[in-house]
Amino acid sequence: MNQTAAFHRRIDEALRNDQLRQNFRSALSGIQSRREAQFPDDAQLQALREQSRQVRANALIKQPELLEQLEEKLLANGIRVHWAETPEQANATIHGLLKAAHARLVVKGKSMVSEETGLNHYLEQRGIEVVESDLGEFIIQLAGEAPSHIVAPAIHKNRREVAELLHKHYPEIPYTEDIDQLTQSARQILREKFAQADAGISGVNFMVAETGTLCLVENEGNGRLSTTTPRLHIAITGIEKVVEKLSDVPPLLEILTKSATGQAITTYFNMISRPRQPDELDGPEAVHLVLLDNGRSRIRVDEELLDTLRCIRCGSCINYCPVYVQLGGHAYGTVYPGPIGIALEPQRIGLDQVGSLTSACTLCGACGQVCPVEIPLPRLINRLRAEAVDARRTTSSLIGRGSLRKPNEAGLWKLWRLLYSHPRLYRLFSFAATRLRRLTPRRLGGWTDYRSAPMPARQSLRELAREEGFPHA
Amino acid sequence: MRESRESILRRLRANRPQAAAAPPVYRHSTGWNRERRIGEFTERMQAVRGEVHRLGRGQWVDWINREMPTRGLHRALVGSSAIGRRFAAGAAKEIELNRYDRTIESWKAQLFHDIDFGITGSLAGLAESGSLVLWPDAEEPRLLSLVPPLHIVLLEAERLFENFAQLIDVQRWTDGMPTNALLISGPSKTADIEQTLAYGIHGPKALITLILE
Repeated sequence: MNQTAAFHRRIDEALRNDQLRQNFRSALSGIQSRREAQFPDDAQLQALREQSRQVRANALIKQPELLEQLEEKLLANGIRVHWAETPEQANATIHGLLKAAHARLVVKGKSMVSEETGLNHYLEQRGIEVVESDLGEFIIQLAGEAPSHIVAPAIHKNRREVAELLHKHYPEIPYTEDIDQLTQSARQILREKFAQADAGISGVNFMVAETGTLCLVENEGNGRLSTTTPRLHIAITGIEKVVEKLSDVPPLLEILTKSATGQAITTYFNMISRPRQPDELDGPEAVHLVLLDNGRSRIRVDEELLDTLRCIRCGSCINYCPVYVQLGGHAYGTVYPGPIGIALEPQRIGLDQVGSLTSACTLCGACGQVCPVEIPLPRLINRLRAEAVDARRTTSSLIGRGSLRKPNEAGLWKLWRLLYSHPRLYRLFSFAATRLRRLTPRRLGGWTDYRSAPMPARQSLRELAREEGFPHA
Repeated sequence: MRESRESILRRLRANRPQAAAAPPVYRHSTGWNRERRIGEFTERMQAVRGEVHRLGRGQWVDWINREMPTRGLHRALVGSSAIGRRFAAGAAKEIELNRYDRTIESWKAQLFHDIDFGITGSLAGLAESGSLVLWPDAEEPRLLSLVPPLHIVLLEAERLFENFAQLIDVQRWTDGMPTNALLISGPSKTADIEQTLAYGIHGPKALITLILE
């Protein structure tokens, strides 16, 4: 099955699942209003967005120097840095570190980059138990599913589904659909894992080059526990997450938490600059950072597409997307769903693999309006759509350019251009189309799957205008 | 590994996007006076179920001695800091005193199971976001503020700043970051089930700030 057919099948499955759509609708409507409540003054919001955009754009411009500075500072602080070009390299590096430390049980904080690399599967195949400790990630790990949202990974499940899942895996815990009690059950289960874990793996929200600091944003405390309790901490993140200065952090932190979940700030903002020092009593004895490229340096080559890398993974573009709310995250079939997924994944993986994602967009513009770092998502998506059917043979940083081009479709657009740029031909065409309207085909490709075929009017607008006596008609 | 590093950096150096202006330094001052800062902090903290009390400087040991037993909480954990020593000296007989004075590996199970509340100081507070700022160290280790189900934090009123940007600037954090710096803004929480807020997932279920004046 080609990518477009596979995508359409996933869309059909998602649209047939009323429970799923209900779960998404009710969860997302609340997030939008909470976000808006955090930004009562639009002028202040726009100033903060502009500043956040500049912080991220500045960091991307200076990226190679900042990464070197970051590495130097981290090394001086005692944190080891590992570079990985591919997911396989990142996974192998992490596995090597765990093996050297004889780690059997790993607790994980939330990390979308580790989803990119398929880290859990890789480690489990090699005999290491990996426990996701973020509540949402824990739930979908039990279900054997991938996150359906980058901030709220289990957003597609309702309380009954969570209750049944927990009961299936932990039958000794009394069945309940009460969210507070479900939360307490998860706390008890995971506390034991924290107490026993040999290593902790986490993501990173921002890396500060100036001071050599890894910043983690979270509400639950599982990120702190994963990075503090075991003897070994391994952080994994993308090379684009670096910022220049410590003073760049407050605006990003503020706009991230307000945009992502509508909170003035999250419960914990955790800044890690070194492993446990000789006189200290806890914290990991060794801290490692794995920096993953996985296509990011290629994206940076294009002056326009580079904007994609400003993303701070707040998920607000997803929360406001009218297509996502209907489909949910799994239908996209990629690690990152929603508008940012549509913009990022074809660049990362290739238009020839996932370029059809670009069709899952109405170009309504909502994502571009809420993006905290002003990524022009609709423009990027439109650009990728064009690139996916582009026939030019010029060089491009994009993989699979032109791969979705269809001869029939391209021929039709050529015909359209011809008609619309030659008035006589156009008049002849509209005369023929109105007079022969009964011959209009009843089936017009995908359009008539859900709609009736349009039929031209008896007369063209131009003819009607002339009859009414409009000048120049 | 070395090769990956070189090829990633080579690709990044090969392309230099157009230079943009350096970002302006983020700083906005609210001009709030001390009373206003305390009010804002308290309001934000209470909005996320954080408990806040204002006490005289010498009252906090008695407050804890009086309050904790009424809540059925007896097993206290303190560090070897001045705050820890002071509480140890004045703890009531109903309080079972535990000291965080050895490496975590030697008593992890006890820390996770046999402690009701931990007591720490704080480096600062942030009025705008309702945050406590901690720099854990050898005397007040990192897990002291994280593993016990209740965390009691002492905050000296004059250490209440407007916001994070102001704090970093005034205290010159760039001169040297600690092993771990934390902003704590309420008890542990999650909204991962149906986007419904639930408190007390992995970190402390309750957070009490004692503002000392």
